[in-house]
Amino acid sequence: MNRLPDIITTWFTRRGWSIHPHQQDMLERADHPSTLLIAPTGGGKTMAGFLPTLADLASGEHEGLHTLYVSPLKALAADIKRNLRTPVDEMGLPIRIDDRTGDTPSSRKRSQRADPPHILLTTPESLSLLTSYEDAPRMFAGLKRVVIDEIHALAESKRGDQLMLAISRLQAMCPALCRVGLSATVDDPSAIASYLARHPDPCDIVMADPGPAADIDMLHTDAAPPWAGGGAAYAIPAVLAQVRKHRTTLIFHNTRAQAEIFFRNLWLANDDGLPIGIHHGSLDRAQREKVEAAMVRGDLRAVVCTGSLDLGIDWGDVDLVIQIGAPKNVKRLVQRIGRANHRYNAPSKALLVPANRFEVVECQAALQAVREGTLDGTPRTQGPWDVLCQHILIRACAGPFEADQLFAEISSVGAYSDLSRAAFDACLDFCATGGYALRAYDQWQRLLCRPDGHWQLRDPRAARRIRMNIGTIQDADLLKVRMKRSRGGKPLGEIEESFAATLSAGDTFLIGGQIVRYEGLREMTVEVSRNASKTPKVAVFSGTKFANSTQLSDRILGLLNQDSWPDLPAHTSSWLALHRQVSQMPRRGELLLETFPFKGRQYLCVYGFAGRNAMQTLGLLLTKRMEELGLDPLGFVATDCATLIWGLEPVTDPAPLFDPTDLRAGLDGWLAGNAVMKRSFRAVATIAGLIERNMPGQRKSGRQATFSSDILYDTLRKYDPDHLLMQITRQDALGGLVDFARIEELLTRIEGRIRLVPLDRVSPLAAPLLLEVGKVPVKGAAQEKLLERETEELMRRAGLVDLPG
Amino acid sequence: MSAYSFSFAGEPLQALGAGALWWPAQQLLCVSDLHLAKSERQLRRGGSALPPYDSRDTLLRLSQLIDRYQPKTVICLGDSFDDDAAARALPDADHALLERLTQTRRWIWITGNHDPAPTGFDGEAADTLQIGPLLFRHIATPADTPLSHTVSSTSDASNGSLGEISGHYHPKVRLRGSSRPAFLMDQQRMILPAFGTYTGGLCSTDPALSTLMAPNALAVLTGQRPLPCPMPR
Repeated sequence: MNRLPDIITTWFTRRGWSIHPHQQDMLERADHPSTLLIAPTGGGKTMAGFLPTLADLASGEHEGLHTLYVSPLKALAADIKRNLRTPVDEMGLPIRIDDRTGDTPSSRKRSQRADPPHILLTTPESLSLLTSYEDAPRMFAGLKRVVIDEIHALAESKRGDQLMLAISRLQAMCPALCRVGLSATVDDPSAIASYLARHPDPCDIVMADPGPAADIDMLHTDAAPPWAGGGAAYAIPAVLAQVRKHRTTLIFHNTRAQAEIFFRNLWLANDDGLPIGIHHGSLDRAQREKVEAAMVRGDLRAVVCTGSLDLGIDWGDVDLVIQIGAPKNVKRLVQRIGRANHRYNAPSKALLVPANRFEVVECQAALQAVREGTLDGTPRTQGPWDVLCQHILIRACAGPFEADQLFAEISSVGAYSDLSRAAFDACLDFCATGGYALRAYDQWQRLLCRPDGHWQLRDPRAARRIRMNIGTIQDADLLKVRMKRSRGGKPLGEIEESFAATLSAGDTFLIGGQIVRYEGLREMTVEVSRNASKTPKVAVFSGTKFANSTQLSDRILGLLNQDSWPDLPAHTSSWLALHRQVSQMPRRGELLLETFPFKGRQYLCVYGFAGRNAMQTLGLLLTKRMEELGLDPLGFVATDCATLIWGLEPVTDPAPLFDPTDLRAGLDGWLAGNAVMKRSFRAVATIAGLIERNMPGQRKSGRQATFSSDILYDTLRKYDPDHLLMQITRQDALGGLVDFARIEELLTRIEGRIRLVPLDRVSPLAAPLLLEVGKVPVKGAAQEKLLERETEELMRRAGLVDLPG
Repeated sequence: MSAYSFSFAGEPLQALGAGALWWPAQQLLCVSDLHLAKSERQLRRGGSALPPYDSRDTLLRLSQLIDRYQPKTVICLGDSFDDDAAARALPDADHALLERLTQTRRWIWITGNHDPAPTGFDGEAADTLQIGPLLFRHIATPADTPLSHTVSSTSDASNGSLGEISGHYHPKVRLRGSSRPAFLMDQQRMILPAFGTYTGGLCSTDPALSTLMAPNALAVLTGQRPLPCPMPR
């Protein structure tokens, strides 16, 4: 099948196109069990993935489903459907194409199952759901190819693990299934290849011409960036000037809140009335679709956005990408840059805008990395067990199964190839009985082992509940925001429940670029009205706070230790020179600490360069140790590079604070009760199926029936601390929000070499930390006191102080 | 564990930080909404297997309070079991513990919407119970119904000093971003927080509560120290 049917070659010729070499390569490998294509954005990647399918289907002989296409975004599935439809129609091929996502109407879903199209475009969650039906083998009979788009993005997440587990099910139903992965440029193609292939099969890797090097620079501004903060308001005039000079500009931000503030500032300064939109994941779908449609029509000159535009949807003629704030991760930066000039063989143009003085250094380090073509990789660990538990439940929905056979399927997934039988059995036991040390209620267990050794659901009604909760994406508890009903009830987007809880009537916040006034909460919807206030109380979308990658942190350290900084703007190089004069530069092989007094407090600055999450954890652990040592810490603040702690007593002997054994003990004991662990637990327990977010006939208001997952966590900690979910939570937290792995890495790197520099005033590098937001008070007794003071104040204001009490 | 002392329908009472009500004059301890064996019920009905330690945890906390206050009478204000079948399904150790508690003092099971039938444990069952000026029931009478109409007995309460104590709503209060189970009280009625380990809460701002409680109602947050504040609405 290496030759294209004439009907297709004619189409290419008629359009004056020739087939790219990598498209030919893919065609020649059409029947290889797995192939990974690495190509830059705009390199005809999708066509390369589908050409073998079109060639095979051209004869019109194939019955039923032929190719399954999976993408991480619903919108991408719809986009590809449009983009594929055109050539297929122009070639006059007898091919039926349809998409299936959470947004597809149920009538269409039903007919897809009864009479599947030749090509089905879907998402990992919808695919998992399809495999959960008893008639799955009939629907997938004849399936020949599965194409996974943006596989680099999926390979880093639990969604990707779930996808590969689902594909192992497909492979069991269709042994000759060929796998194709489409990826943007990555640091380690072989890691993605082994993620894609059926273990231990080999996987071909096809590398397309990477195209010309990106044209990337730092944005030069007249104003120097501020010492701290993330808003980059100083750069607004320079950014507007760039927008004017280009056709369409994408302005990327790392967080939704920053995007909102920047958009607002940009709009206030937009005297020419340039059409500029905003796009991020918390906005209402209709709002987002409006912006997307305007982009496609070419009506917008700029879009302020977040990661929601990271993936490869073709939004028309973008000729400049601006990244506001240090990119934190070189790989993501390169992928964002790829969004400009979405055409093959045209260089992408991008500008970095540091939000503060230290980010000038970070941006410079990222620029170096991009120019040298070194990307950062996040080493993937073993496949997570919570996803495995969900997979077992999904398998059970499809009908009775044998444990041995399921274990064999799971072991064929790259990420789970090292899974021990004992671990699998523990997950199966969790799904069946809950896996508790106390064996209560076993007559009601969820899965039963029949006398013939097959496992099945005890109560078939459970299948519906399991299907309703398929997926691994963890949204924070979000509340919809609407204009108050009397004013039309227009939906605006979503905010986090915890943020909504801090609002009282009259407070204002930004959403979708407009300032609104909080009116009240009604049936789990936040009602707002329009407000002309100038200073909003900004919505805190927790979103992802990215941490600097290890590789980028290393580069920053290297940059700081240069003899001089000719590549940096003068305002930054003179700042670094001054620091070297009064203190020392942090070095890779040792841990630099500074102590200094400031406004009656004693400060300790720890230059750990371990990334924001790890530095935050270090702050929690160190302040706890300081409390035990009587150093009276009052609070701390953490950035990617340093943790700044303040308290009543100066630190003179730091070594005991950094004892690895004590730090680890702190993690096991005290940190186990921390909110971060509880958040990790909630995600794990939801994915593993312990907590059901969606219930049949769920009531929307009045939530006294549901209780917080924190209670489950506390209960397990108290009565069953070694439970499977507690093990998974610990494992997750070590790598994720707690990121203790990088603290370990730091401790290994310095091998006990700690250098304490006592200063009589704040050093130049530490000064911006004093201005950082996100200060964490040391909790405990203090928290209780604050709450007490608050209630007393409320009583006093209500004139209730004289009540007996 | 400390207590917030106040006067209700003329009787000195204490709201305990642990979420129970203590009536010193009667040596009476009152708790609401234990929801025992909730994990069993969910599993039986095809749901997931929650950690089966909820009954033990609830009963251990209750028995600690009983050890400390040595009440002559305990009132459970309804929804003591998550349903009637759950009452029969307690794990053996938990069953034994509850039996021991109920056998050694006067124990009153007020029936709730979750557990209308007798529990099978020692003690008296009743839909409502009046002791002195205090009327115990599971669900508060609606705001527009005078309390005196709901009591069949002639009672000395017609002078307006009758106070109603109920549960059912699992009230919670949100303050400074943290949310805690709370007692709600006004001149006429008091609503107890849920005592069961696996219980969620209904925010005091919910219309079900804000329309029920009088405008000057007070909330007492549970916790290390019970904290009184005007009921947020």
